[in-house]
Amino acid sequence: MGASKVKNFLRKYMMLIATVLVVIAFYFITNGQSLNPDSIDRLISQNAYVFVLGTGMLLCILTGGNIDLSVGSVVCLAGSVGAIIMDNNLPWALAVFVMLFMGLLVGLWHGYWIAYVKVPPFIATLVGMLAFRGLANIFLKGKDVPVRNKEFMNVFGGSDTCYVPDFLKNVGPELTIRGVTLNKTCIVFAILLALGIVIYTFINRARLVKNGYKVDNLAVVIVKTVLIAAATLWFGYKLACYRGIPTALIWIALVLGIFAYITTKTTLGRNLYAVGGNEKATRLSGIDTRKVMFSAYTLMGVLSGFASILVIARGQKSGPTVGVGFEMDAIAACFIGGASAYGGTGSIGGVIIGATLMGVINQGMNMAKTPTNYQKVVKGVVLILAVLFDVLMQLKRKSAKKKKAVKVITTEEGGAKS
Amino acid sequence: MAKVLLEMKSITKTFPGVKALDNVNLQVEEGEIHALVGENGAGKSTLMNVLSGIYPFGTYEGDIVYDGEVCKFHNIKDSEKKGIVIIHQELALVPYLTIGENMFLGNEQGSKWCIDWNKTYAEADKYLAMVGLTDSSKTLIKDIGTGKQQLVEIAKALAKNARLLILDEPTSSLNETDSRALLDLMKKLQREEGLTMIIISHKLNEVSYVADKITVVRDGSTIETMDSKNQEISEARIIKGMVGREITDRFPKRHDVKIGDVMMEVNNWTVYHPEFSERKVVDDVSINVRAGEVVGIYGLMGAGRTELAMSIFGRSYGIGISGELKLRGEKITLKSPKKAIKAGLAYVTEDRKGNGLVLSNSILRNTTLANLEGVSKGGLFIDQDKETEVAQEYVEKLKTKTPSVEQLVGNLSGGNQQKVLLAKWMFANPDVLILDEPTRGIDVGAKYEIYCIINDLAKAGKSVVMISSELPEVIGMSDRIYIMNQAKIVGEMKASEATQENIMARIVGVKDESANAEAVDADSVESEA
Repeated sequence: MGASKVKNFLRKYMMLIATVLVVIAFYFITNGQSLNPDSIDRLISQNAYVFVLGTGMLLCILTGGNIDLSVGSVVCLAGSVGAIIMDNNLPWALAVFVMLFMGLLVGLWHGYWIAYVKVPPFIATLVGMLAFRGLANIFLKGKDVPVRNKEFMNVFGGSDTCYVPDFLKNVGPELTIRGVTLNKTCIVFAILLALGIVIYTFINRARLVKNGYKVDNLAVVIVKTVLIAAATLWFGYKLACYRGIPTALIWIALVLGIFAYITTKTTLGRNLYAVGGNEKATRLSGIDTRKVMFSAYTLMGVLSGFASILVIARGQKSGPTVGVGFEMDAIAACFIGGASAYGGTGSIGGVIIGATLMGVINQGMNMAKTPTNYQKVVKGVVLILAVLFDVLMQLKRKSAKKKKAVKVITTEEGGAKS
Repeated sequence: MAKVLLEMKSITKTFPGVKALDNVNLQVEEGEIHALVGENGAGKSTLMNVLSGIYPFGTYEGDIVYDGEVCKFHNIKDSEKKGIVIIHQELALVPYLTIGENMFLGNEQGSKWCIDWNKTYAEADKYLAMVGLTDSSKTLIKDIGTGKQQLVEIAKALAKNARLLILDEPTSSLNETDSRALLDLMKKLQREEGLTMIIISHKLNEVSYVADKITVVRDGSTIETMDSKNQEISEARIIKGMVGREITDRFPKRHDVKIGDVMMEVNNWTVYHPEFSERKVVDDVSINVRAGEVVGIYGLMGAGRTELAMSIFGRSYGIGISGELKLRGEKITLKSPKKAIKAGLAYVTEDRKGNGLVLSNSILRNTTLANLEGVSKGGLFIDQDKETEVAQEYVEKLKTKTPSVEQLVGNLSGGNQQKVLLAKWMFANPDVLILDEPTRGIDVGAKYEIYCIINDLAKAGKSVVMISSELPEVIGMSDRIYIMNQAKIVGEMKASEATQENIMARIVGVKDESANAEAVDADSVESEA
């Protein structure tokens, strides 16, 4: 019993543990540099698109291991159009609207072909990957278009000032630790968030107990909650040491929060998992599986549009090569995060871990001055290790089950003889 | 007495949870056509899979003695080397390759590095002539009919130098003429090539036409072997061997169930196969079911029962569906499963794992899948407390054995999976439940519990249509029985009048209902069917 509990624990938290180990390893390799406040800040801003695209990709993968190859090109197309609009001194709000709308259109386009005409997703999105990049280049005339709109960059995270302003700067005394002035808004926010997490966890547990539902062991819950709260506080402290909360973080949190809710608490989310787990059974349960597929790709499109906003804000330009390879980052984040290549399993939490792990490895290797080509090899190895672990765990479970079944038979026979 | 070519001695084969073969003995003489008959799941195919090495040596107990020596086949290649070739019920041909390419697939002619196509096609033509097929061996498989494809399979077997040919339901997808041609070919090969053959078939008229010996398999054991070379074996005699078990009180009684008005009525229902659009899978079927009634539909596999059920359930199977569907006396058209569920229909699928459950999801999620509206606000936001409550309620009601409702369905036993599937459809709150093979592959104890659930449903005034290929179950559980064969309803009777013999007799087309019917010669039976 004990062994199986350990196994279950490992299965559930393996990638989280791996991420922590990798973080610690790079801490020593880079002489502590990798956990400097500015490094953490950069980690978020640079990888914002992976979180957003990974979220959308998860929806597609859930429906049966279907992927969307076009997201990099869509980011380029929508981003370029947005950049051109702002370059012509039109309001940035219009640009944002157009970028989101283009993402939506692309999503509807893919969704229609995949869900209703039954074009294999791989092909439908490969078409998108080629065509949308071409289209983007036509609009760009092959040249970079700079993004100079300050307000746009502040809101979506580009320049030095793209942080949530320190509203509480002049409230109370100055907070200084080891000669670093802390961003008080950030600290207060982190404390409130940690408190919120603790309070919510225990209120929810009390409610479950009251209704007579099964709950986790109290000690386990306390340890878990304390760890989460501590991580939140540490994270907040690190950001407060630098420039405070990056606006990109707000957007990532918003997207992740909304889609965590959709995947776990709505019928649409439920249907995504069901379609990926068993499409036929889902259809025979009266669910329009075409609509579910259509929704997944439509949302993926909208999220691609949104990612393009973050990408051009951060890069302060759009150009012909923007977004190259983004689809692979998003796919890798999902699979590292435990999504099944056959669909039906995976979670937003997994995407967060997958994207973070990849970001940490990227940044750590950059700091350790690993040549780019080696970096790619390492990333490939990480992906195969993550998937291999999952496959092995499943194989083990299956063989254990078989053994158990054989045991049952032999005991039955023994009983019949006696 | 001719030389014994094959002897299978006390073969026992167990799968997790079931004993598929129990001490089976089979003796086949050189040059004879030996028929294996028995109900679905009796173990005929399992026995042949053991023989051909699909279940390798070591996974079964007992000995295979072939041509005087004990054989240990580890795979199908081993048995083919010895000249044992099996032709499966589903044809294993690649549609976009030519006849010749198919015949020598895995057995390519020529040297190791280069296929000799001239030799391939010349050889292919030679064997095609042997089976009386005049098409060129360069024709694509997809361009010839199923009857000819079956002949190609035989030619392919001959090309492997077969000495013992096993045909698993060779005529199941053929029409009358093609079937007869195939049987005649078997006789010709026996006469001219001295080929030994084992044929598995449900069609007793064919069996008595072609076989020299008939072995009856029942519940994983060989019951008897009859010699039909020198004497006529009546079909009734074979049927008796096939079903001859007693119905004990394995079925709970239903008391005080009021049978009400007609709830669902299907008239002149015809459905065509989605791929072979000229083939009728359901042919002019009319059935009805009343409130509180359990109606059984009995038929062998491939009789069209599942096709009937699925086509009624929101047209989820087949094309060119015609006929009339009435619910509570009103004519209704159901274009999708969603509409069918809304109208009060439920179809509990035959294939639990394939079509019924989402194995990677929890009991909780599976229970509410067909009625998410029932546990969500505005059909969008799921109320997880309510959902847990519902799942918990059904786990208790149906006595599903599980540590919690969060357990993944894939980890449950067959019986418990079936209960989750039933729970899903009970929660959808239908008036008519169509249960397709509700007790397939689950143990006796769980079966009894499922029967109790069916009785409770009837007591609650639901209409239950139970499709089954287990005769005792159909007779023991139904109020009324429809018998289906080859896409048609071939009989209807009250359960009180039904016996295993008279139901089986309807299937094989014997007119007289009594079990002691006189032997009917093969020709008249065939024209009947």
